[in-house]
Amino acid sequence: MRVAVCIKQVPDTEARLRVAKDGRWLDEEDLPFIINESDEYALEEGLRIAEASGGEVVVISLGPARVKEALRKGLALGAARAVHLEDEAFSGGDALATGRALAAAVAKEECELVLTGSQSDDVGFGSTGSVLAGFLGWPHAWLVMGVEIEDGTAKVTREMESGKNEISRLPLPAVFEVQAGINHPRYASLKGIMKAKRKPIDTLAPADLGLSPEDVGQAGSRLEIVSVAFPDSGAGAQIIEGEPEQASRELVDKLRQEARVL
Amino acid sequence: MSRVWIVPEHNGERLTRPGREALVAGQRLAADLGVKAEVLLLGADVSAVANHLAASADLAGVHTAQHEALAVYTPGAYCDALAPAIEAASPAFVVFAHNYQTVDYFARLAQRLGAGLLPEVTAWEQDGEGFLWSRPILAGKMTSKVRMRGTGTVLLSVQSGAFSGDALAAGSAPVEALALGEVTADREILSIEDAGGNEVDLTKADVIIAVGRGVGGEDKLGPIHELAEVLGADIGASRPVIDSGWLPRDRQIGSSGQTVSPKLYIAVGISGAIQHAVGMKGSSCVVAINKDSGAPIFGMSQYGIVGDLHEVLPALTAAIRESREG
Repeated sequence: MRVAVCIKQVPDTEARLRVAKDGRWLDEEDLPFIINESDEYALEEGLRIAEASGGEVVVISLGPARVKEALRKGLALGAARAVHLEDEAFSGGDALATGRALAAAVAKEECELVLTGSQSDDVGFGSTGSVLAGFLGWPHAWLVMGVEIEDGTAKVTREMESGKNEISRLPLPAVFEVQAGINHPRYASLKGIMKAKRKPIDTLAPADLGLSPEDVGQAGSRLEIVSVAFPDSGAGAQIIEGEPEQASRELVDKLRQEARVL
Repeated sequence: MSRVWIVPEHNGERLTRPGREALVAGQRLAADLGVKAEVLLLGADVSAVANHLAASADLAGVHTAQHEALAVYTPGAYCDALAPAIEAASPAFVVFAHNYQTVDYFARLAQRLGAGLLPEVTAWEQDGEGFLWSRPILAGKMTSKVRMRGTGTVLLSVQSGAFSGDALAAGSAPVEALALGEVTADREILSIEDAGGNEVDLTKADVIIAVGRGVGGEDKLGPIHELAEVLGADIGASRPVIDSGWLPRDRQIGSSGQTVSPKLYIAVGISGAIQHAVGMKGSSCVVAINKDSGAPIFGMSQYGIVGDLHEVLPALTAAIRESREG
């Protein structure tokens, strides 16, 4: 089975974040980028399904030149090929514009299954996979915690709220948006990293996908980010300063005398 | 004239808490547009909840979409019921609660309708160009303000807890049944099961120490256990800790885990992503210990210590022992 895995490169939120000069997004200079967490699980699940069925994984990502690093990692982990949607026209897209571009790339690759992460750790729409599925006319399932492929169908375990799981059966082809924790992602081996250097990365622009620049990126989006900011820090915790011993004693006093919870 | 629709979650009898919050948000948005909101209820039999709303909420109408295929949720059937209705009425906004079910289908619905998609709204304001919407980004570390461009319906979801479900505008409303076209489940639902590992009940705990990814590893939980012992506390965790296998799943606090309400909640190495925040909101007193002074958890806490938890926790354990002896 040929499996497409769509991954996104996102800012490492553990890093120091700064607002860009124009106030509309983060200052990306010296900002470390990583593969979105749930996408790592999607990639692992895709590799397992491809291995079990004697198929292969095509890893797809949309973004600027830096995204090649994420695609290389996908290749090092075992993907056979990579597709990079790289063009200025793709930038600034919302879930609808990005889903449209990714769907066109998947259609070109003739895949039977698409896996994505459930949600990006930057803008966090949780929607790109299901929009992609809509453009392809395939069923989708969000927050997938298990996939079993059986005779052209998939038995899918989906996480619900309040500690329940929903088990359903869907026809293939389909799009599954994988929840973090579904598996334990593997590490790239040295051999894998060496092999990845020889694997192809196709770079595609809108025209290669039969799309106009007006259909994708900010031009093809309904949503536009006007500004980003850190929330007001005024309301919130009373920060207790000092060395651990002193701060801990002060905290214990406050918990006893002010909050009366000890 | 602009119309505002609300598609609130319900349990067949009444709206759920997220459903009430979506209703309140939709009523406010409608008031800002100078209109009355309308509710659309989906299900196999929604007469009880429709009648209740009709007698209690200030709305221009309660529309019911009833069909056997809507008895159990599937994205296909929900989109089949909603897409033609939204297309015919072309409301300016359709308001949903931002919960797992909404996210599973409403982007699909937006794609089918060519509608705008605006997930996880926490607030809005108006300026000369129209609405500016606030929504969290980067797991709640930052907030973005966004604008919707172009014309046509916008589907939006409101974040859990951003609007109080108690602030309902009371009144009455007429009920009207919608004529539905073909409504088909796009998958076979085989079963709904417990996710497993529900042996630990944190909902009744008085004191909880919740551990986040910042603890660094399963082998580094020693100081957590020591603090828990001296406090008589139960240990909970945020999702990444569970996903990494450092603690069992029944310790998870948050939207996909348990919702807790202890007297004292000590969040250790937890950043405070919204998925975790919804599970701990009922705590009386929250203490955050984190080396990142910018972590959103500090905004949700009464007290905070910025520092390395592996230095702070042993000191805190000692300070509690000392205070008990003294």
